[in-house]
Amino acid sequence: MKLRIKFSKCGPMVFIGHLDMMRYFQKAMRRAEVDISYSSGFSPHQIMSFAAPLGVGIASKGEYMDIGVDSLTTSAQVKDALNRVMVEGVKIESVKLLPENAENAMSSVAAAKYTISFREAYAPDFDLFGQIDDYLAQKEIRVVKETKKGSKEIDLKPHIYEFSFDNEKQEVSLLVDASSSGNIKPVFVMEDYYRFCGRVAGEFDFIVTREDTFTNIGTDEKPDFVPLDYVGEDY
Amino acid sequence: MLNDEILLKIEKPARYIGGEVNSVMKDKEKVDIRFAMCFPDVYEIGMSHLGIQIIYDMLNRFEDTWCERVYSPWTDLDAVMRKENIPLFALESQDPVKEFDFLGITLQYEMCYTNILQVLELSGIPVWAKDRFGDDPIVIGGGPCSYNPEPIADFFDLFYIGEGETMYRRLLDLYKEMKTAGRSREEFLREAGKLPGIYCPSLYDVAYNEDGTIAAFAPRYGDVPATVSKEMVTELSDTYYPLKPVVPFIKVTQDRVVLEIMRGCIRGCRFCQAGQLYRPLRERDVKVLKDYALEMLKNTGYEEISLSSLSSSDYSQLPELIDYLMEECNRKKINISLPSLRIDAFSLDVMSKVQDVKKSSLTFAPEAGSQRLRDVINKGLTEEVILNGAREAFEGGWNKVKLYFMLGLPTETKEDIEGIAKLSNEIAKVYYEAVPKEKRQGRVQIVTSTSFFVPKPFTPFQWAQMSTKEEFLDKAYTVKEAVRNQLNQKSIKYNYHEADVTVLEGVFARGDRKISEVIYRAYKKGCLFDSWSEYFDNDLWLQAFEECGVSIDFYTTRARSENEIFPWDFISCGVSKEFLLREWKKALDETTSPNCRQACQGCGASSYCVGVCTEEKTGVSK
Ligand code: SF4
Ligand code: SF4
Repeated sequence: MKLRIKFSKCGPMVFIGHLDMMRYFQKAMRRAEVDISYSSGFSPHQIMSFAAPLGVGIASKGEYMDIGVDSLTTSAQVKDALNRVMVEGVKIESVKLLPENAENAMSSVAAAKYTISFREAYAPDFDLFGQIDDYLAQKEIRVVKETKKGSKEIDLKPHIYEFSFDNEKQEVSLLVDASSSGNIKPVFVMEDYYRFCGRVAGEFDFIVTREDTFTNIGTDEKPDFVPLDYVGEDY
Repeated sequence: MLNDEILLKIEKPARYIGGEVNSVMKDKEKVDIRFAMCFPDVYEIGMSHLGIQIIYDMLNRFEDTWCERVYSPWTDLDAVMRKENIPLFALESQDPVKEFDFLGITLQYEMCYTNILQVLELSGIPVWAKDRFGDDPIVIGGGPCSYNPEPIADFFDLFYIGEGETMYRRLLDLYKEMKTAGRSREEFLREAGKLPGIYCPSLYDVAYNEDGTIAAFAPRYGDVPATVSKEMVTELSDTYYPLKPVVPFIKVTQDRVVLEIMRGCIRGCRFCQAGQLYRPLRERDVKVLKDYALEMLKNTGYEEISLSSLSSSDYSQLPELIDYLMEECNRKKINISLPSLRIDAFSLDVMSKVQDVKKSSLTFAPEAGSQRLRDVINKGLTEEVILNGAREAFEGGWNKVKLYFMLGLPTETKEDIEGIAKLSNEIAKVYYEAVPKEKRQGRVQIVTSTSFFVPKPFTPFQWAQMSTKEEFLDKAYTVKEAVRNQLNQKSIKYNYHEADVTVLEGVFARGDRKISEVIYRAYKKGCLFDSWSEYFDNDLWLQAFEECGVSIDFYTTRARSENEIFPWDFISCGVSKEFLLREWKKALDETTSPNCRQACQGCGASSYCVGVCTEEKTGVSK
């Protein structure tokens, strides 16, 4: 049986990298005495997989992992047991039972939504709002993306689903592709947008929060993005 | 807290943010004493140390005290802190160390000495104890190196000699009392220096002979004790133990539950300082340990547990404990990481159950290459025992062996050194004899490593002359050559290290107060993280010695007379100088001594009236 666990991560915990978060949760499962499943073999490991790795320095309100369990209690029990052993800055938001045929967390990720604000003393010195429409109205947004295999040119446009600016809060909201094949880092979009505006974005300009991670229950042409835990149920 | 920008720029920011599982937060307004406990090395090393976790846990159980952790900032952050004038802070509150009442520094190895100065300087605490005043934290050292604190005495206000569990409460009470009464720093230090196990360097005067040796070492005041005796836990099953140790976010060197099964060692190898310092051997009750194991696993979520002690095979309840752990851990899918055990039927059986035989290796530490030299150092491991153990293991499927030796031991000859290669070869031979061709998984792999011998205080070899760097390296080449001449040379891999660091360790180990100036200078020249080979700079050290007019040979290669006053003689670790001298003479006479379970050697530690000293003796068998 598989559970999908949603958690948030903020404060100093943003400096804990992805691999260390996995190690953290492995220990947390033991502390909370969750009846997690183990692989067989000489050194058994927990059945646990994460949805979309989060870069160091980024906070998140919607991280997901799937775990296998050997017995079921209730959503509330697992959630409380885990929350009792969390450190400050990590909170379990929901625990859902996945249907038998559910796709795993990693491959079901389609998009992620980010809020981007500006580090003190790094607020943009230009009208950030002004050119978003022009930017998005381009026929193509050609950029060079660095990958493990080298750099390649791609069109960013189909990967940006929403891009807006809240003048009052001085916050950018960005919904972008987060699938394993087309994952787009939010800062990457910001940098390109700055370039479009004739500016250069600095390394430490942005404070990024991932608002949630989504799967697509619509079609490729008409996507319908829902949070990853939408597919599971309380039990 | 460091700002985001710094944290994003430096390596492994998790070293500095605190907030780990089981770290202790308190309201600083509600405590009387703030204690910063420092391990002067990088976080991953410091967090792996059991001693610190014990003291941290104990101090935080005191309601009036908040103990927090401090580690050496790595070089990247060190540079940022200096450039931006950021004071060193403790992990829990992220408050500057300078605001604390105490800064405790654990001294686990000599090569961390420059890091002590880094911690002091970054904290904004005067490096020299004499320059501190008023509200500066009381800087107190502890741990194995404090058994000869003299090379760093001038940097410390106090040293705690011995096991930390016993005297801290009284020290803290005294501090509180005197602070409330409005007494000065000096008055407190003077009173603290009278507590058992507490050494206050500024209360003692040293006079030197013309040849540089010590003429007299005495307290300045009549009410300050001339001898400082180590503090020791008498009942290990009934003391503090960190059942909720702090669990780091990042991988550290010792990333598991650590169960300390006993303290002390019965063996009395003559080169070994730990074997003398922690006498007498005291065991922890096996029932207590079983409970601790389960509770700690539950509280930490670790997937691995290890046992810690000297010579673990000597723990009398080991089979019972290991059986229990194997059963529990198997059920809970937890790994057991075994300490190095004497190779026999029992340990091979256990090892085959908890490790992958094909991947794991056998470990032997004969320490010397010939029986003659093993008698000198009182290492009771015979060639026969090693070869039999190896044979049994090879038959059980093992084909990797690690061997540890020392070079530069007293009375060592070329034959002894070549014996290292010969013994390695014999083991390989046993493999080819014991394992038929069709069952072999390739060659047997023997990894032979040598370290260089450093004479340590409170050992029978404290009188010994240490080799020079050139001699050390010659000896290593001799081994290398000898390995090449063995029939099974292709199965033997030989490792040795550079000798520069060893020479410095030799100076610090038996150094006196004159060394502190050298350490200070070396630090000022940029020496830091000296135990990290990529940062160790021997030339800077040599310059520092030269500029201070301090001779390295005086501390290392010089012959010491039987009645020389050693810098550490004012400390009593329970073992008498007469006993050590007896053992030194027996060593030169190539005579062994039985272990504490066989027959008492009257070392002096029986004055503590505990542990193995109170057991009935078996007599020497064979
Ligand atoms: S067995 Fe020998 S080397 Fe090991 S701790 Fe005991 S005295 Fe030291
Ligand atoms: S007094 Fe005897 S039994 Fe006790 S530690 Fe010393 S030698 Fe061993």
